[in-house]
Amino acid sequence: MRDMTFGQYYPAKSIVHRADPRFKLIILLLYIVMTMFCESFVSFGLLSFFVIITVILSRVPPLKVLKSLRLVLVIVLITTVLMMVFYTEEGEAALAEWGIFHIYLGGIYASVKLAWRLMLLVTMPTLLTLTSTPTELCDGLESLMSPLKKLRFPVHELALIMSIALRLIPTLVEETDKITSAQKARGAAFESRNPFKKIKAMIPVLIPLFVSSFRRADELADAMDSRCYRGANGRTRMKSLKFHFGDVVALLIWCVIFVAILFLKYNWLGWAFITAVGL
Amino acid sequence: MPFLDIKSVDYAYNSGDDEYIQALRSVSLSIERGEFVALVGCNGSGKSTLARLCNGLILPDRGYVTVDGMSTSDKKSLYDIRKRIGVVFQNPDNQMVTSIVEDDVAFGPENLGLPPDEIRARVDWALNCVDMSAYAKSGPLRLSGGQKQRVAIAGVLALKPQMMILDEATGMLDPDGRAEVMRVVEKLNREENMAVLMITHFMEEAARADRIIILDHGRVVADGDKKLFETPDVFTRAGLDLPISVRLAQKLRARGLDVGCPIDIDSFVSSALSALEVQRGEVKSDEEKNSNGGGEV
Repeated sequence: MRDMTFGQYYPAKSIVHRADPRFKLIILLLYIVMTMFCESFVSFGLLSFFVIITVILSRVPPLKVLKSLRLVLVIVLITTVLMMVFYTEEGEAALAEWGIFHIYLGGIYASVKLAWRLMLLVTMPTLLTLTSTPTELCDGLESLMSPLKKLRFPVHELALIMSIALRLIPTLVEETDKITSAQKARGAAFESRNPFKKIKAMIPVLIPLFVSSFRRADELADAMDSRCYRGANGRTRMKSLKFHFGDVVALLIWCVIFVAILFLKYNWLGWAFITAVGL
Repeated sequence: MPFLDIKSVDYAYNSGDDEYIQALRSVSLSIERGEFVALVGCNGSGKSTLARLCNGLILPDRGYVTVDGMSTSDKKSLYDIRKRIGVVFQNPDNQMVTSIVEDDVAFGPENLGLPPDEIRARVDWALNCVDMSAYAKSGPLRLSGGQKQRVAIAGVLALKPQMMILDEATGMLDPDGRAEVMRVVEKLNREENMAVLMITHFMEEAARADRIIILDHGRVVADGDKKLFETPDVFTRAGLDLPISVRLAQKLRARGLDVGCPIDIDSFVSSALSALEVQRGEVKSDEEKNSNGGGEV
């Protein structure tokens, strides 16, 4: 539980850090859509290549980004295995079979792609939180959603809630550790192999965690009140958002990658080499 | 007119099941600009309630609280009151709004609606005041308790208040952290002429204030300068310890060595040494007298 990479800013001087958070958010959205359109190994490779380049440009130690994969490792493993054993292909011979489980070559491809997609889906958002401060992200989000203010949508409040949530993740993780140790000292059994017992054992951790979170929220509200907080009215920002030429270039590059991936999937112009590499 | 004026305030809070606990009973006190006041009392004496009354987080049941002539029960002036009185709370983790030190310090001035340059200048100044400029870009996880609490002080400082209330702000810190925070607070009081109301149960800290107020079961039982330590009864009756130097001095007095009432270890040592000197001198002069007397005979 200690290595919670998600939601932790890694300070460094790089073009990825400097980039306008609004552009980073738009690119992330574009990227997530892109992963859904990736179909062949070539498009996966292409996308991964650019992810690696972005990581290198960000000067964040690659290990930090990889660590985030550990959080989803279990989900990735379970889904891939399920995909592999339950995949069926009409008219193809199974490579292996045990009872109701059949393994096909197509199943292996599909499950590898699924795992790859899931990992791609985790790395970029992690990189975003590693290279932009929560304040930047929230300001960016607030600015992107500002048209919604006309519809009386509480944009500022939502952005603040997000910022506080990100800020409190590590604190709550620490707290969970503390409560777990305290309950262990009182004889709670967390090491049970039975998954149901394991879930039941979490109750004495979750209840104190909730209680203390409410108390924390009260104290934080007092501290914010004491520091003259009165909502979005008349509030200014220390760091106003400014976009640069580089941000536009980055967005254009990602748009080109998107188009390339769309081409690899749909092959509108009927290019032969795409069908040749299409796996 | 005093800067902070609390007049015959009563306050009771609901402890659940419609049971009310009287936290403060007709408390009256006032604090002037630039004063350094320590408010001491054991757990449940109403110290923290008093702090929350000062900037209108809670309102008195009876009596009134005014800051710079404005009453806390007037909703419209709450904002102006909070601009003038900053409060630092006990748990540094529950006061940080964002994950980056300088962004958190900027939260206050951003709420005031200041222009970005002015906010930047105030943040830099506030961080410099608490000696945390080097950590402007880091997150709270990388900081020690004392450092976090100094950031919390900077966050309040950036609002340029005229008075700062520290509600057991050193309560969760180790001795090093406590010393760091005390140093910063004393500097602000001295150099920025900021009034300080320090709520604490560490008597060594309270002894460094110019004025000490003792709270016991919701009542002010003593209010005075360091001379209060010469009448230790008022502290022990309120369930409080005395600073170790005062206790040592008491024991020495019981054994016949009067070292006065030193409020910290340094002054204890110097007054004890000089008292010993005097005693030795007396013994010597007695001996001399005796030998002189012997000569006459």
